[in-house]
Amino acid sequence: MNKIFEVPLYPYARHADQDAPAPVRRTVVVIGAGPVGLAAAIDLVQQGAEVVVLDENDKVSFGSRAICFAKRPLEILDRLGCGQPMVDKGVQWNTGKVFFDDRQVYDFNLLPEEGHKRPAFINLQQYYFEEYLVNRVRELQEQGAPIEIRGRNKVSAIGTHPSHVTLEVDTPEGPYNLEADWLIACDGAGSPTRQMLGLDFVGRVFEDNFLIADVIMEADFPTERWFWFDPPFNKGQSALLHKQPDGVWRIDLQLGWDIDKEREKRPENVIPRLQAMLGEDVKFELEWVSIYTFQCRRMEKFRHGRVIFAGDSAHQVSPFGARGANSGLQDTDNLCWKLKLVMDGKAPECLLDSYDVERVYGADENILNSSRSTDFITPKSEMSRVLRDAVLDLSEQYEFARPLVNSGRLSVPCTYDGSPLNSADALNGPERTRPGSSCPDVPLGDGFLLDKLGGKFTLLTIDADAPDMFEESGIEVTRLALSIKDDKTLALKERYLGSAESGVYLIRPDQHVAARRPSYDENQFRHAVRRAIGKE
Amino acid sequence: MTEDQLILTANLERADDFYADLLAAHEDLSKAESDALNARLVLVLANHIGKRAILKQALAAAALKTGEDSA
Repeated sequence: MNKIFEVPLYPYARHADQDAPAPVRRTVVVIGAGPVGLAAAIDLVQQGAEVVVLDENDKVSFGSRAICFAKRPLEILDRLGCGQPMVDKGVQWNTGKVFFDDRQVYDFNLLPEEGHKRPAFINLQQYYFEEYLVNRVRELQEQGAPIEIRGRNKVSAIGTHPSHVTLEVDTPEGPYNLEADWLIACDGAGSPTRQMLGLDFVGRVFEDNFLIADVIMEADFPTERWFWFDPPFNKGQSALLHKQPDGVWRIDLQLGWDIDKEREKRPENVIPRLQAMLGEDVKFELEWVSIYTFQCRRMEKFRHGRVIFAGDSAHQVSPFGARGANSGLQDTDNLCWKLKLVMDGKAPECLLDSYDVERVYGADENILNSSRSTDFITPKSEMSRVLRDAVLDLSEQYEFARPLVNSGRLSVPCTYDGSPLNSADALNGPERTRPGSSCPDVPLGDGFLLDKLGGKFTLLTIDADAPDMFEESGIEVTRLALSIKDDKTLALKERYLGSAESGVYLIRPDQHVAARRPSYDENQFRHAVRRAIGKE
Repeated sequence: MTEDQLILTANLERADDFYADLLAAHEDLSKAESDALNARLVLVLANHIGKRAILKQALAAAALKTGEDSA
């Protein structure tokens, strides 16, 4: 068994707040030191806020859990200063095979678009992901940043007030009280915070069970994603094989609804299934087994006064398409700059309602996509099975049917069409960079565009004049001047100009486009900044 | 008539021959095999048509919901 599960990463230590005569008021408290909570904390601290993370545990999560991280979250992690270790450790893959019944129906190569710093996705166990985030927290602490993780601090009661939130926290040495100006709940799909506040979580429960197993294999399987529909070793169900770092393979086996979970989890029942899947002569060792069911649902609102939900606590999707942790990171990416501006008094509190609007929109997109994948993988009626099988049979011979095969649509960033923060599109430019879009990366001579954008309001000018800096509502907007003369790969022109000769983009701190025009116009861009911070 | 409009007037070349071909394709098939063939045929034809607006009209037409233009 991997040692990483056993070592406390943020062991309990008594804090002065526990001995204070009156509850101490903190600026931001984050509940949950999982991928989403840690990303929120790092993001806010990098912007100069003070953050306390409370977690009922003191270790990384057990088992591989979320294993597929997409390009956009990796770009977000770059901004948070910890993308590189993830990419260095992660497994990159582009090819895969699809099997139906007893045969391979086709193989594929995703052929990712060139000219991005980060790959389309990597496979990485969640425990590594969390460990690298904790390493980043430690690094920030060494630089004196006000960020702390309090292990074995379990929030047992929450009181909400117009100006703050009160918390009762249980520790191994007894309870204490704490206050926070803002509370971010990143405490997972079963969110105790959500339950303590009696908030809704509605949606669709899929009546199915999946067995997930991490196995260490000696066999030399290629680095590919293999997906089986209705295989002989798991008749009427599906199966997935995917590679992770350290020679660990992730296997997902659909089990159906009416099963005895405890029985299915026993090694004497798991091993024969895996042996049939991998082949009789393949040697493997079982590292971790779990059975899960899933739901597709979300809260009606992610913001409740001074309590804000992010990640699985706010929305839950089926695992197909890797839209769980990936969308959680896009939540905090969206939230943190807004919260900081509100805390600094630079933006009205209603800016936080745009977090609700934009991320509810994102959650609905994820729920739609992952529900469709689930409906394809596990047909719910006789005719949907007939149609599904028809797609798979056709896909063996005809290329046209392959785009219909849906074993998960990989997480791509959501474009916030119709967001109240967007200004009207005034550039006849490419669709993919319209207001609301997350900026696609571009190779520049000495690096990549997204690294240069960083996490502040930026005025990106392409062959257009503009001041090097302007200030609006206390926000500094810095210019990044580019020219297609230096655009050797033509990616800048293709992604940001299209047929236009020049372009000026206002880019938000989360690297989404707020406004774009063919040239700089002071009034228009001041207006766009005000709009992007909820002032208009 | 535009190209985004589903054709619901007679348009088949040699209609009787097509119908005979359709029946012949199902000859000697079990119910399950026939269902599978029909499903594959729908997908092949849908891909040929391609346009979503037309396909939505076709779905509505097949449901015998006349007068509804869901495009």
